[in-house]
Amino acid sequence: MPEGKFCNKTPITTDEQLKATLGDKGGKQYYEEMNHLDVDSDKLWASIQKTMKSRTKTWLEICAHCGLCAESCFLYQVNGRVPEQVPSYKIQSTLGVMVKKKGKVDNEFMQMCMETAWSKCTCCNRCGMYCPHGIDMGVMFSYLRGLLYSQGFVPWELKIGSGMHRVYRAQMDVTTEDWVETCEWMAEENEEDWPGLEIPVDKEGADIMYTCNAREPKHYPEDIAEAAILFHVAGENWTVPSEGWEQTSLSMFAGDWECCKDNVLNVYAALERLKPKRAIGTECGHAHRATVIEGPYWAGRPDGQPPVPYIHYVEWLAEALREGKLKIDPAKRIKEPVTLQDSCNYVRNQGLKDVTREIISYIVEPGYFVEMAPNKEHNYCCGGGGGFNGIGKYREQRNVALRKKRDQILDTGCKLVIAPCHNCWDAIRDLEEEYEIGIRWSFLKPLVIGMLDVPKHLLPPEE
Amino acid sequence: MYDFLTGPMLWLTFAVSFGGLLVRAVMYVKGLSWQLDRVAYRPHMKYGIRGGVRSILAFIIPFKARLWRTRPGFTLIFFAFHIGLLVTPVFLEAHNVMLQNALGFSLPALPTGVADGLAWVCLVGGLFLLLRRIAFPEVRIITTFYDYLLLVISVLPFVTGLIARYEMGDYNFWLAAHILSGEIWLLALPFTKLSHVLLFFMSRMQLGMDYGIKRGGMKGTDMAW
Repeated sequence: MPEGKFCNKTPITTDEQLKATLGDKGGKQYYEEMNHLDVDSDKLWASIQKTMKSRTKTWLEICAHCGLCAESCFLYQVNGRVPEQVPSYKIQSTLGVMVKKKGKVDNEFMQMCMETAWSKCTCCNRCGMYCPHGIDMGVMFSYLRGLLYSQGFVPWELKIGSGMHRVYRAQMDVTTEDWVETCEWMAEENEEDWPGLEIPVDKEGADIMYTCNAREPKHYPEDIAEAAILFHVAGENWTVPSEGWEQTSLSMFAGDWECCKDNVLNVYAALERLKPKRAIGTECGHAHRATVIEGPYWAGRPDGQPPVPYIHYVEWLAEALREGKLKIDPAKRIKEPVTLQDSCNYVRNQGLKDVTREIISYIVEPGYFVEMAPNKEHNYCCGGGGGFNGIGKYREQRNVALRKKRDQILDTGCKLVIAPCHNCWDAIRDLEEEYEIGIRWSFLKPLVIGMLDVPKHLLPPEE
Repeated sequence: MYDFLTGPMLWLTFAVSFGGLLVRAVMYVKGLSWQLDRVAYRPHMKYGIRGGVRSILAFIIPFKARLWRTRPGFTLIFFAFHIGLLVTPVFLEAHNVMLQNALGFSLPALPTGVADGLAWVCLVGGLFLLLRRIAFPEVRIITTFYDYLLLVISVLPFVTGLIARYEMGDYNFWLAAHILSGEIWLLALPFTKLSHVLLFFMSRMQLGMDYGIKRGGMKGTDMAW
């Protein structure tokens, strides 16, 4: 059987296909069909020839096989340091072999590649910092994922994820109506406590256009309310777009590059339509990477920048605290040991290590902040990055991966972890569920709201 | 034989080796793609060069990059091997006498004792690099026959050079073997993984540019390599 009903080389583009694939619980039939999926070697090789440029070619060629990347990989560390988890081995035995064989590989090989690409690498890019030759295996695994996706060898959840983005332009089935209603609902819900609170939709020429992660309207709408409260207290002139509000990209994890481009163009179209002075994305690492760091290249913007300055939530928050738009009541600062999770996607991929620590300096009583070791750009992945969190087939491997973060947190002795990234937040929640180490975790928004020094005129009138 | 090896053959070797490396450098740069690599090389050249230079320096200065500090033993062996391998042939007195005869100029020559020492350092370093390939599972799994072959090609000129220098056995034979193995090493540079003599700088520069432009450099935070 060359192509299956669910497992095939064609992306999901309709709601019916999406629902049908979702109906295949756990991807049982999907993975069964994968066992019979043919590899289109000619197409694979043609694609490699067209897209594999000197950077990747050179990386594959000059890898000195020195093994120095081994220790840099947290998956190598938590998996008993088995040699099969050495980053160089992982990429040479997959992409390296695929190139050497000019795409003439079989189904079994492709399934091995899939397992390696999605369960043995979270594309955290840490190895790139430790390779003397500057070989970034995370980058190469992202590339390999693209090749695998185009051949239909992609985990079930990510096939659906990129399908969601294609159909709904969101990682979950949140429609434009759902989104706008959620905004209205959240504004109403909170206007009693915060008189004058608004979530303005499609306001042209605002100072800020705010975008988020579809998980927020779907599962934690209070996050949108919290963003609104903080913008409100800071006196910002802001808006959200009715269309182009979702900045995550499961298609980036899936390797569906065509879909990545479509998504980011949708967000940029909102910027061009509403003409805000700048855009601010929510507390999410991969959303930031997709829209701000990689997105401009997918969209073909030669300067590598989004159409207007586009910053991560931590940058706005640091600025608001620095400029006094938001004031912290010193009595309410955190007075317990607290640590910070540096997200790979905005620290190692965009250098936002100092602003997060600046925020800490405002909200944590001096002496209570404990750094993880290692930290900043040398920090380890939360354990669930690159889509790992969401793939049922690799849940066991993901749970092992969480051990690194568990141990790092235990070493700090803190019971509270600040995680300004959806994916890290999820991974830390899961690690508590799995290993019960007795910790709490939080985004920045609720923490800051809890310790705000709110000007009297913004508070509800006293009865 | 000696005249051939130090005459036409040597010139041919230099032409192929340095010409080949030059071609590789040009091909590398031509094969970069801002959109596929996702690095805006041209519009942010200044940030890029700054990041690239930082990245190269971090890895050619012993113990500067965090990597080198986390593995002090390896770092010592690695730098000793590479310094011995590169410095000895360039500044060896005998080589410079030949250079003087052929081109009319020469470089400062190393005292004989220092040159001997460096050659031994290179050999011992090479031996350690070979042993760790066998001893450590994380290196063994990625090591192939090709890696051993390249190590042999790299140290052979030192083995033969030292035998000739201590005049063990037939001097003329070992001298010819030394010249030939040196030429094989030079010829291998552009065609094998030894191309890292040049491509190391290109690759490091590229990743440095990536970090300097997109991954923090433009946010004003330098990566601590």
